[in-house]
Amino acid sequence: MESSKTTCRELYAAFFRIGLFTFGGGYAMLPMLERECVDKHGWTNREELLDYFAIGQCTPGVIAVNTATFVGSAERGIPGAAAATAGVISPSLLIILIIAMLLENFAHLPAVQHAFGGIRISVAALIVNAVIKLIRSNVKSPLAIALCILAFVAVACFSLSPVTVVIVAAIAGVLGKAVNP
Amino acid sequence: MIYLTLFLEFFKTGLFAVGGGLATIPFLTDIAVKYPWFTSAELADMIAVAESTPGPIGVNTATFAGFRAAGIPGALVATFGLVLPSFLIILLIAGALQKYKSNPLVQNAFAGLRPASAGLIGAAGWSVLQTALAGTGLSGAVNLPAVLLFAAILVLSNIKKLKSLHPAVFIGLAALAGIVFGM
Repeated sequence: MESSKTTCRELYAAFFRIGLFTFGGGYAMLPMLERECVDKHGWTNREELLDYFAIGQCTPGVIAVNTATFVGSAERGIPGAAAATAGVISPSLLIILIIAMLLENFAHLPAVQHAFGGIRISVAALIVNAVIKLIRSNVKSPLAIALCILAFVAVACFSLSPVTVVIVAAIAGVLGKAVNP
Repeated sequence: MIYLTLFLEFFKTGLFAVGGGLATIPFLTDIAVKYPWFTSAELADMIAVAESTPGPIGVNTATFAGFRAAGIPGALVATFGLVLPSFLIILLIAGALQKYKSNPLVQNAFAGLRPASAGLIGAAGWSVLQTALAGTGLSGAVNLPAVLLFAAILVLSNIKKLKSLHPAVFIGLAALAGIVFGM
């Protein structure tokens, strides 16, 4: 293989590091992505990377995986996409499996149970913060406000499947623009 | 066949969760209700671990949930299921990147999807809050220390100087409070 061509191993290794050193996903991943894909390997430039990110948010699924697939496929086609995606999820798999197995052994300890009693509360607070942020940036028009409230009520009060809500919201978005351009 | 069900549920999650890791939570709440794999209280624990460890939150949570449901093979199957839709969709549109992004149909659909996604995540947060606050209270009575801790974290994490702190800091503080006050 020519030395100038990116190998799947390089893609895997770079995205492994990105997965390993990113806490929280989403935009937290951007600095690490820039370092590996732009500065170190020159696979893409900053503008393109931001484009990938924008697309990642306009497509379903985990943004980190979307970006890895993009960069990988641009460099090395489908095998490259698979290598980059496998790289970005490998650290998660390893770390979470270790923690999950440890927790199974310690979950019965009162201290661990009390700790998680407190942790659940903080998770609720952090989700509230995330929702506030999402509402601030995405919920501005009357239609958007209606969709946001309806989605909440549909799931919280009527236990509707989120899949139904997502499909209805996408259709409402398309029809809403058609009626009120 | 638990692996097939796991795969399909997480494929569905990956296909319909829009807007990054936290958007997977409403689907996981749905899974917690539908299957005996994990409770919504355990789901909150998984989210906490996912937020405090490296890697994308959506992938971390799927791995954890899959492990709880069916051990190591379960973790692999759930993660693979979650990732596959993203992978296929991106490969499909990679060639027509700019065309896809500026397509009015796509843009309008996402103008509807994003606010709904906020509502969905809100509903998931609501269910986590209910389990967290009712957790140790007597016969469903509101648990005052829990409410106070919730309010404290909400206020602390919105103070300007503390806002940029990593979520793991607040999760760690809450764990300490949980141990100290026996929550």
